[in-house]
Amino acid sequence: MSAVTFNETHYSMNSPVTPPSPVVSPPPPPGLGERKNSQTNPQRGAEAGALPQGRKTPMWESERGQAFGEAVGKFFRAALPPLLGMALFILLWQIVSSSGGEHGLPGPAKTWESAKILFADPFYDKGPNDKGIGWNILHSLYRVGAGFGLAALVGIPAGFLIGRFAFLAAMVAPVISLLRPVSPLAWLPIGLYVFKQTEPASLWVIFISSIWPIILNTAAGVSRVPQDYLNVARVLNLSEWTIFTRILFPSVLPHLMTGIRLSIGVAWLVIVAAEMLTGGTGLGFWVWDEWNNLNVEHILIAIFIVGFTGLLLEQALVMVANRFNYE
Amino acid sequence: MHNYLHIEHARMVFDTKKGKFTALTDINLRVGQGEFISLIGHSGCGKSTLLNLVAGLATATEGVLLLAEKEIKGPGPERGVVFQNHSLLPWLTCFGNVYLAVERVFGAREPKSRLRERTQAAIELVGLSHASAKHPNEISGGMKQRVGIARALAMEPKVLLLDEPFGALDALTRAGLQDELMRIVQETKATTLMVTHDVDEAVLLSDRIVMMTNGPAATIGEILDVDLPRPRDRLSLAVEPRYHHLRSQVLAFLYQKHLKHAA
Ligand SMILES: Nc1ncnc2c1ncn2[C@@H]1O[C@H](COP(=O)(O)OP(=O)(O)O)[C@@H](O)[C@H]1O
Ligand SMILES: [Mg+2]
Repeated sequence: MSAVTFNETHYSMNSPVTPPSPVVSPPPPPGLGERKNSQTNPQRGAEAGALPQGRKTPMWESERGQAFGEAVGKFFRAALPPLLGMALFILLWQIVSSSGGEHGLPGPAKTWESAKILFADPFYDKGPNDKGIGWNILHSLYRVGAGFGLAALVGIPAGFLIGRFAFLAAMVAPVISLLRPVSPLAWLPIGLYVFKQTEPASLWVIFISSIWPIILNTAAGVSRVPQDYLNVARVLNLSEWTIFTRILFPSVLPHLMTGIRLSIGVAWLVIVAAEMLTGGTGLGFWVWDEWNNLNVEHILIAIFIVGFTGLLLEQALVMVANRFNYE
Repeated sequence: MHNYLHIEHARMVFDTKKGKFTALTDINLRVGQGEFISLIGHSGCGKSTLLNLVAGLATATEGVLLLAEKEIKGPGPERGVVFQNHSLLPWLTCFGNVYLAVERVFGAREPKSRLRERTQAAIELVGLSHASAKHPNEISGGMKQRVGIARALAMEPKVLLLDEPFGALDALTRAGLQDELMRIVQETKATTLMVTHDVDEAVLLSDRIVMMTNGPAATIGEILDVDLPRPRDRLSLAVEPRYHHLRSQVLAFLYQKHLKHAA
């Protein structure tokens, strides 16, 4: 038996738990758009037509106003626990930093002051090793994008092939299970040796560490296309191309999105570490540079930036993924 | 044609992890054109398997299946299938689901506008025009099943194969859809093979009821002629002694002769 099971749950360890989001239905196929709105919500039209002509209803009395009030209440109830959590976190940080005395960690206030200065001019450029924080973030994002893009370019077709042909799956299973657990940075020397330059080497590290979730999730999706859908394809005698575009691809898409999410998550984790080693530009380089300058506030800021950017990436991808959730 | 669908000595053996499993054996059946046949039997006896053989989704281990004197070698557009669990594609609208079938069958010969008309007509036939822009997850189970029927009908099949089409529905919805199916079949004159486990449904809709013995190695136990005049109406049938006689014959087959003991 092969050690690789094409089971996406194995690869979700790094993905933060995301709250279930409302289902968004995909748009109708082209050509059907005009049909869609033909009967949307007749009440709404009626409501608008039946606006009272005399005294204008104050906002808080109207149905709309009440709904607004309710929404605000709901928002505060939902926002309270996370805000409280953040406040406690900052308090804890303050306690830790003040208990350290002279050489303790910088506290929240000091870090905040430092961040204000830092973000006042994020895009200055004073030579190769001294660029604004904005440039460093953009450089890291660019590397993640490029490395991930390459991984998707190779990984998605590979995943479809592996999922479709059991023979191929059995063939690559041992190789994948051997290479997947390798720590991403272990690939860096190989990249440096082959490419003789740091830039392609760091892209290579992103590529090789983010390709596995894409391949494995796509393959899992393909091998799990419900038999019902395939029966429909057979009964309707659909052509291979139609089967791919109308059945296989849409059915795999949610799995593919999971793969992409995990993959970008990994890429973002890895890039900071890789840049520490390769130097030049990027958030990772900046962290290391500030460590050499012993500017601990900046290191703390960098940690927040890394976390926050990762969070934004994840949220954006979750939003995209929800578009393809048909259940 | 009294021999439109012809099944002779069909046998179906599955290869399973525990070895060979004979699901069906020695199935012989002749169905005339335009006939409505119900397959009834206890759960797991092989009704779906038999239907899949006719649909061409599975191939018999032994025996022959002929449709209009041609061997059934795979699925074909002259056979429309309504699946037990509707099997609609969730990323397409109701319209899109039906259009997929229409496009495949008529797409090479007819312009797009005509294909859309056909789709619309099929959806109208099952009374779902108002929901045609909706996605399957936005409509009820009964509506999904109707879209599944529309999809099969839109192909203008000569044979309609239905696998417990109303099994998952509540009694009221089911009755409505049975009436609708009766009307549609009368209109389209399709030869129909329907799997069911509902005795009333079988008697109401069928010309003949094929009663299957329990598996493994199930076969056709008896075939009952339902000689009730058409058009049939469920209310007047309810007071018809002949109806109750037929009904009790099916019940007797299922619960006296072939009672399935709970394992
Ligand atoms: N693909 C298959 N592989 C192995 N056994 C199967 C397969 N399909 C059906 N069977 C078996 O054949 C028997 C008949 O199944 P089925 O035709 O689905 O029954 P029914 O539709 O009458 O409930 C069952 O015992 C089932 O387990
Ligand atoms: Mg069945």
